[in-house]
Parts: sequence; structure tokens; C-alpha cells
Amino acid sequence: MEASSAVRTAVAKEKSVSSVSLGPHPALANSPVRVKVEGLNFYYGKAQSLFKINLEIASNRVTAMIGPSGCGKSTLLRTLNRMHETISHTRLDGKILLDGNDILSQDVTRLRRKVGMVFQKPNPFPKSVYDNVAYGLRINGYAGSLQEHVEHSLRRAALWEEVKDRLHKSAYSLSGGQQQRLCIARALAVDPEVLLLDEPCSALDPVSTAKIEDLLIELKQNCTIVIVTHNMQQAARVSDFTAFMLMGELIEFQATPQLFTTPSDPRTEAYITGRFG
Amino acid sequence: MSFRTLWRKSLSAVMMSLTGLCALITVSVLVVVLGYLAWNGATAIHWSFFTNLPAPVGEEGGGIANAIVGSAKLLLLAALLGVPVGLLGAVYLAEYASSIPAFLVRYSADLLNGVPSIVMGIFAYTIVVLPMHHFSALAGGFALGVMMIPIILRSCEDFLRAVPRSLREGAMAVGASKWKTILTVVVPAASGGIMTAILLALSRVAGETAPLLFTAFGNRFWSSGWNEPIASLPVVIYTYAISPYDDWHRQAWAAGLVLLGLVLVTNVVARTVLARPAGQRR
Repeated sequence: MEASSAVRTAVAKEKSVSSVSLGPHPALANSPVRVKVEGLNFYYGKAQSLFKINLEIASNRVTAMIGPSGCGKSTLLRTLNRMHETISHTRLDGKILLDGNDILSQDVTRLRRKVGMVFQKPNPFPKSVYDNVAYGLRINGYAGSLQEHVEHSLRRAALWEEVKDRLHKSAYSLSGGQQQRLCIARALAVDPEVLLLDEPCSALDPVSTAKIEDLLIELKQNCTIVIVTHNMQQAARVSDFTAFMLMGELIEFQATPQLFTTPSDPRTEAYITGRFG
Repeated sequence: MSFRTLWRKSLSAVMMSLTGLCALITVSVLVVVLGYLAWNGATAIHWSFFTNLPAPVGEEGGGIANAIVGSAKLLLLAALLGVPVGLLGAVYLAEYASSIPAFLVRYSADLLNGVPSIVMGIFAYTIVVLPMHHFSALAGGFALGVMMIPIILRSCEDFLRAVPRSLREGAMAVGASKWKTILTVVVPAASGGIMTAILLALSRVAGETAPLLFTAFGNRFWSSGWNEPIASLPVVIYTYAISPYDDWHRQAWAAGLVLLGLVLVTNVVARTVLARPAGQRR
């Protein structure tokens, strides 16, 4: 309690000073930018939950967002493919650019094909394993061989070997970890450029978690990955860049090793050393 | 034991017996109705009862084949009206409506559900029978269909709402539009519940007599097509029961037994086999 109120005062003191500068972030010097967030404010009704977020997400890298519960990291993630629009009474201003194009003026279904999402709890449809993966292809009118692409997606999600003999069984017959990888395969099937993951391992055991972490490192060859996590060790293990958020503000954004070894903001240091959160 | 204690204990025992007795009455009404129907109706039930047309007045025997087929045809017509309207209305309520229109629709449906069935009959009579100048299966099916709408609407709404939000998000996250999400994920996930709602609504209107009296009217013979007066089980029961003939009385009991049997079977199937919660994990 004491530590968090200390942080709150620190936040209040520093609110006038912008902690994140505009323009290419030094940490991103060598990586092309895929997603750019500029001056993003977000509101649930009248309550503002994100304040002037500026963030750049590097292509083919894993970017982690960490921070205590309610800091806005999931909200920020959901704005990146406009999933926030499924909740009524939300509003945002500012810019979100995908490859330089404003996502807010794009057709939302096309945007979500390019920016896929995996959720906190596995949410397979009450259909077969095969139909879950084929879902996105079917609704988007995929013209190629469905079967090949389903297999390819399941292989990318490192699930093929485990399910190849029961493709037509219900997805609910899989274990929790398999279900989550199935959801990743479902998201990958439409070949997204960016994959957003909202605490994808929080409902899973350590073995399943390790599998998904390995998978993320594999996937970044073809995909840009943003992962929200409660688990700082996970952020340190899988990500190239880490954003630390607190009370709706982006406090610090660094290459992951720097953020965890030499944080530049005292609040980041307080959080990663476990003094609050 | 003091008098007060004795008094309290016996009062308690009396009250418990009273509540138990009332519970017992509820169960025994069903048993008595079933038993009475079986006792009186079973003697008239032969194979010919299901396959023959009614016999001319004064002749023994005859069946209710036309009423069984007639009821099936009326229920089919009712379903053709009640299922799409009720289901799509439920989709609107569960997926699209903001609070004020949702309140209005829900409230209207509840009021419509409470409209006496005889009033529904007059309504159907006025807007179908009068313009057509004759009774018909269409008019009867219309009356029953209108009665089905609020039943299906309200129960389907509940089943659609029970589909977890996470499934909708999963669909939208791969680029499904809202209506595609509803069509390909939400409705299939609720399909067991929707079937239950449809069967319960059908079994509820299958026994309605009043709306059919001056719409479908009744028919002693086969009615061809959909445009003629048509026989139905409840109206046959009504007509036979108020007739002066003993043979017809027996047949009324038997027809009642057939109707009740069909309704009970439908109910039990709907409640046990199909009524799994939406999105249930296996």
C-alpha cells in the first residue's frame, strides 16, 4: 500500500514532464516500425484510462507490455485491432498507424485480418479442431486448399503432431494448453501481420506456458508480436522490447535487457524489483 | 412436556403436513389426469383410430387420422411464422438492441404472451378469415404462429445471451463482421437451446383450442392443401366432448390421450436431450 501511494505521488509530480519523446525511439534504431501509436487517449465513458500514449512496435520483434493490474496494458493492446469497439461507451483520440496507415479509418474486418488477437482464456468455438482453424479462412472466402492451410497453421502453432489424428474431434476435448495453441493456430490461419496476445498463458500450467513462449520466438520470423503479460520473467524471456505502464501512462519503453537491468525511471525500477504491483 | 411445548410441536407438525399435502396435490393432479385419460381413452384406441377418418354420426368406430395430420400441418404453418420471427427478434434483442428499444420489445413480448388465446383467435379471424371469406389451415396456423412468437423470442434471447462473450471476440478477432459472428458462432453455439425453445413453444400451442375454433374451424374429412378448413386434435376433443354420443365421448378421451402423449414426449425430449447450456464445455 505504502509503496503504491509513493508511486502515485511520483506519477503526480512527473505528469507535467513527458516521459516518452516523439520520433523514432532510440531502442528501435535498427528495426523498421510496424505499428505506431501517437498521442493516444482512451476513455471508458467519462473515465480516462490511457493518457497520451506514444509507442512504436518493431517489425518481426516481440514487444511485451507489463505493469500492475488496471494499468491499461490490455486496453492499449485491444485498441491496436480496435477490439475496444465491441464494448459500448468507449472513445479514443490520437493516432494508431499500421505500416503508416491510420487504422481508425480502415475497414475494421480487414484490419482484424491483418492484426490478429489471442485472448487470456482459450476461447475455441464449439466446433471441431479443424473447423476452428478453418473458421477465419472460410468467412474470408479463402480460395486455396483449406486442408493444406489448416495443417500449415497447426504446424506453425506447434500443435499439428498432437492433433493430427483427431482433427474432427471437438476442440473442447483438448487440454487447456492445447486449446490456447489452437486459438493461436486459428489466429495464424488468416496470416496476420501482427499478432496481439492478451496474457495468453495466465490460465495455463508451466509446461504449456513454456511451449507457447518457444512458439512466440519462432513466430516472430514472419509476424510482429505484442504480448501483454503479468509475468515479468515471461516478458524478460520472450520479448525484444518492453513497455512498462502505470495508471494509464507509458512510463518507460526500452529494449528488454536494458529495461530489466538498467531502468531509467525510478517507478520502473520499483516495479521490476517487486516493491509494488 | 409442558402444554406450550406440546402445542408448538403439534402446530409445527400440522403445518408441515399441510405444505406436503399441497405439494402432493400438484403431483397427483398430473397422475390423475393421465390415469383418467388412459382409463377412459384406452378402450377407444385401436390401430384404426390412428388411420381412419371419423365415422358418420350413428356409426360405431372411426378414427382421427385427419385431426392428427391436421394438427401437424397447423403446427408446421405456426412454426414457419413463429420460428423466424421469434428467433430473429431474439437475435435483435440479444445482440443489437440498446436499452430502451430492448425494454419495449421485451415488455411487448411479455404482454403478447399474456394475451388470452381466444383473443388471438379473434385477431386471426379478423385479419385472415374475413378477407379470405372462409376458414382455412392458413388462418389457424397464423393464429398459433403469432402465439409462438413471444415464447420463442424470450427463451431464445436467454440462450443467445448465455453464449460467452469470448466466443464472439474470437470470431471478430479473425475478421468476422458482426452478423457473420452471429450466424457462424453465436447461433450455432446456442442451437441446442434454440431447438428446446422451439419444441416447448410447439408443445405449448399444440393444445390450444380457442384460437382454432373460428380460424381452422375443423373438418370431418381430409383437407387438401392449406386453404380449406382443417381438423385438429384440440378441436376434435372439444367437438366430441360436447356431443350427445357415448362413442364420441370415448373418442374425445382417446384423442386427449394422444394429444397429451405427444406433448409430454416433446416436453421431455426438449428438456432432457436438448437443453444443454450454450457453449458448454465437454
